[in-house]
Amino acid sequence: MFSGFMTNTWAAATIVALVAGVVGFFTVMRGAAFVAHAVPNGAFAGGAAASLLGLNPILGLGVFALLGSLGISWLGRRGRHDVVTALALVMMLGLGALFLSMSQEYASQTFSLLFGEVVGVSSAELLPILALGVVCVAAVMWFFRPLTLSSVMPEVAEARGVRASRMEASFLVILALATTMTVPVVGAFLMFSLTVAPAAAARSLTARPMAALGLSIGIAMVIVWCAIALSYLCNWPIGFFVGVLGAGAYGLARSWALYRLRRAVPHRLSPLPSLSAH
Amino acid sequence: MGLIFSPGFFHSSPVLVAIVVGAVVAVVSAVVGVFTVTRGLSFAGHSLADLGAAGGSGAFLLGVNQLWGFVAIAAAAAGAIELIGIGSTRGRDLATGIVLGAGLGVAALFLYLDTTFSNTTGASITILFGSIFTLQSSLVPVMVLLGALSVAIVLTLYRPLLFSALSPDMATARGVPVRAVGVAYLAALALAVSLSAMTVGAVLSTALLIGPAACALRLTRRPGVALLLAAAVGMLSVWLSVLLAYDSYYWPPGHRGWPVSFFVVLLIFLSYLLTQLRPRGWAAWQLARGGSNPPRLTDR
Repeated sequence: MFSGFMTNTWAAATIVALVAGVVGFFTVMRGAAFVAHAVPNGAFAGGAAASLLGLNPILGLGVFALLGSLGISWLGRRGRHDVVTALALVMMLGLGALFLSMSQEYASQTFSLLFGEVVGVSSAELLPILALGVVCVAAVMWFFRPLTLSSVMPEVAEARGVRASRMEASFLVILALATTMTVPVVGAFLMFSLTVAPAAAARSLTARPMAALGLSIGIAMVIVWCAIALSYLCNWPIGFFVGVLGAGAYGLARSWALYRLRRAVPHRLSPLPSLSAH
Repeated sequence: MGLIFSPGFFHSSPVLVAIVVGAVVAVVSAVVGVFTVTRGLSFAGHSLADLGAAGGSGAFLLGVNQLWGFVAIAAAAAGAIELIGIGSTRGRDLATGIVLGAGLGVAALFLYLDTTFSNTTGASITILFGSIFTLQSSLVPVMVLLGALSVAIVLTLYRPLLFSALSPDMATARGVPVRAVGVAYLAALALAVSLSAMTVGAVLSTALLIGPAACALRLTRRPGVALLLAAAVGMLSVWLSVLLAYDSYYWPPGHRGWPVSFFVVLLIFLSYLLTQLRPRGWAAWQLARGGSNPPRLTDR
């Protein structure tokens, strides 16, 4: 499990989990799960296009992820955000379907772009992943304070001169970078599970931003490591384990939060559950 | 005429099935879609479709028809989203994300097992991207029936649905069972999504659900008109796509035919962009007709 070719897998997966944990933290705070789903998923079309033209898939993924992000943030100013996201996503997927129908060797290619092929990471592939991961985390650190502020309290941020539209655009660009780096390794669907579930679990455990960020990264890493080990042992796709473990972690965190709430606030003192829940 | 309709277009039975089923699916999706857009449920609608991939591949594994897989999973997922989704939009967004993540994992497993045990690598492509031309004609009555059921739910609940979509608090105060209406609506959504997942594929059915409704809601603020407009946009784009896909057999890169789903998505996306560019006078005219206080169906 830890021999030769698996070393790269562990390294790549750890970097991916780190980036997904950081990006996921902002995704959950901004309530942007749909965009976090749309960008990696749509970018898969870029991978398909690149393989049709015989280029490096990372190039296609990067171009599509960036175009998709910028398109969503541009159109989103004029229409409903979720509608625009949905339409941009299906447009990219439609192009993906077209490219796939044109290229010959499609089935296994699609499968690995959508669901990931984490065991086949070569040393040459590890370098761009590492570079993009560093850029991604550096960008998040650079924007950390304004981005957090505008995610949590958009009005206050606006009043203090942080432009919401600019923060939205920079968040989407960071998401696009993370996508470009992670999709070739873990696949589009997996990238999404790894972004949302750990961060959501972390958020229901703590309200402090730094603690939530750390927890989110930690949970993402534990999930990925367990998933690789389980996938290695029983040969099922890693995506299955990441998805199920993520949902499990979220369920556990929610129950723990509920339990703590029950203990902190005795029943007879909470007559208005509907008010506190909303 | 011969230039537009390639020879044999009206005599090929897959085309006829595609035209009938396509129309039914487009109308059902558009009607349900208007409420999906007004209620801000685009993500839930898309997730149900994506999760349909798990259902479709599971059904394939069991040797049952895909349609039943789509319906079963979509209904289960709708229930799960409703169960953990808290009232706020943000909470619902997260709940949808969690359910979607888990469901995609299961889809990955089923697709893997499909390709491992049945040796048909094409299954995942068909489930994900659909193929309207391979629908069995024996399925048509069932699909029409399910579509009718979905539209019937929406039309029966028309007024409470609209009310609770526009102002949930007011609806609760007036005694509308908002939660029950929401559950019934999600069931209708699950049915509609399953049908369109059969036709244009699990990952692309969102186009038929959201696109026509979004176009219609850009053009009119009146709910009844929006329903009709959305149905018309959806139906026209599906028919035109079937035609284009049939013709594309003669286009480069040669004798494969372009996928119908691609044309559906392209046409719907272009229509949405067109409605974005509507002339300014149109909006003013709409506002003038609607009086000083038009019902706010679009911009919430």
